[in-house]
Amino acid sequence: MNQDAFVVTVNLIKMAVIFLLMVQLVPILVWVERRGSAFIQNRFGPNRVGPLGLLQLLADAVKFAFKEEFTPGKGHKAFFYMAPIIALLPGVLAFGSIPLSIPFTLSGDGYSHTFATQVFDLGIGIVFVLGVSSLAAYALLLAGWGSANKFSLFGALRASAQMISYELALGLSLVGILLCFGTFNFSEMIAAQEVPLTFFLFGKEYTFLSFLPAWGIFYQPLGALLFFVSVFAETNRLPFDLPEAEAELVAGYHTEYGGLKMLMFYIGEYGHMMVASALMATFYFGGYTFPGLTVVGVQEFFSGTLQIESANLISIFTMLVFHVVLMTKILIFLWIFVWVRWTLPRFRYDQLMDLGWKTMLPWAIFNTVLTAVFLLLRGV
Amino acid sequence: MSPLVSIVVLSVIVLTFGALLVALTSLIGPKTEQSKAKQMAYECGLNVPESEVSKVPVKFYLTAILFILFDIEIIFMYPWALVYKDFITEGKGLYIFFSMAVFLVIFVFGLLWEIKSNALEWE
Repeated sequence: MNQDAFVVTVNLIKMAVIFLLMVQLVPILVWVERRGSAFIQNRFGPNRVGPLGLLQLLADAVKFAFKEEFTPGKGHKAFFYMAPIIALLPGVLAFGSIPLSIPFTLSGDGYSHTFATQVFDLGIGIVFVLGVSSLAAYALLLAGWGSANKFSLFGALRASAQMISYELALGLSLVGILLCFGTFNFSEMIAAQEVPLTFFLFGKEYTFLSFLPAWGIFYQPLGALLFFVSVFAETNRLPFDLPEAEAELVAGYHTEYGGLKMLMFYIGEYGHMMVASALMATFYFGGYTFPGLTVVGVQEFFSGTLQIESANLISIFTMLVFHVVLMTKILIFLWIFVWVRWTLPRFRYDQLMDLGWKTMLPWAIFNTVLTAVFLLLRGV
Repeated sequence: MSPLVSIVVLSVIVLTFGALLVALTSLIGPKTEQSKAKQMAYECGLNVPESEVSKVPVKFYLTAILFILFDIEIIFMYPWALVYKDFITEGKGLYIFFSMAVFLVIFVFGLLWEIKSNALEWE
């Protein structure tokens, strides 16, 4: 096999894996959401189909597929069909540019190839992710306009106004972390968070409790908080789910949708949540690294303690260990998404806009100035 | 392979998958008669006047315009944040700090003006 065909094949396999990973995680997330809400509200939740109700979503998907095709009579058919398809796009594209683990190497007689666990490694990863995730507003607007229904239209308008308002706070809260690490590249940013935490006092550098890593959360607590609140608004989750306020807007922008088309909106929403959790882990919680877990250490554990001799297997297992670390962090944040949804009540729309423009944006500016002044005084 | 090719190919894969899912419903779903009442927009049993749907409160346009202004200003801060540490190492820290400070003052002034002129008031 020549070199070009090999690279193309590897990339296609990566794309398939990343896409399937996202689509497969959605049923599990919906299950976690339903069981979690049942757990919080002290009831059972889905428990009939399969063990613990795990197959419920499989049954749902089959049922969705056998639903009748329906388009509203006065709607714009092209917009109506485009919206759910576009809703799939932002999550997958953004997830493809986030490194999921360390690269691994396969070698044998005469060949050796290192595979990055990332579909595309962009120098400007962060800007790309921000740009792609704002495409989600198009799906909502097309859905609202295409349905020709006032509930859908108002849901879509509210959703897009809310998304663009919180995008300001989201973008500005990241400036602080960019100032600290000085890079747009995810891998470099994660590498910068591996070292022990240091802090400066009166011109002297101290290493603080050497087991603590230099995670972004320790440098940017306010930025992390602003970022996390903004992504709740970006993904239209409670307490910011005004677009779907069922008491006044039926179901918001997907009032007229049913069957597989509604499922696609769900895949988009959960994909967006997964991207937000992955970004949270990458920016503020060290990505796939964990204090005390080094590449050499894990490799020695596999070769020494477990007596695995093949270098390829050791490389793959090491990659998987770091992947599990990142996935654990992502799942913790996804659980927080569910937890918050069933804990906090919904805002009113003017409160939501006030919070975005008059509270979060000024605090994000303050965070940026504070970080810049601190770096200046410290003299890097 | 350039990452741009990967992005395009991945987008095509995702969009094709989505289009297939949408097409699947019309292929295997049940087909019943489409009546006029069934195709009406969702409403609680009332007839929906056509003109109702095309009215959009002007407030949303204002928010979108303000967003574009502020978002472009925020994007200007990204390259600044990227080179900030390099300038400090070279000893030009104050220069790079105050060049952005001027910009930030204008930014904050714009935000205050917006709040003062009630552009952000939602009833």
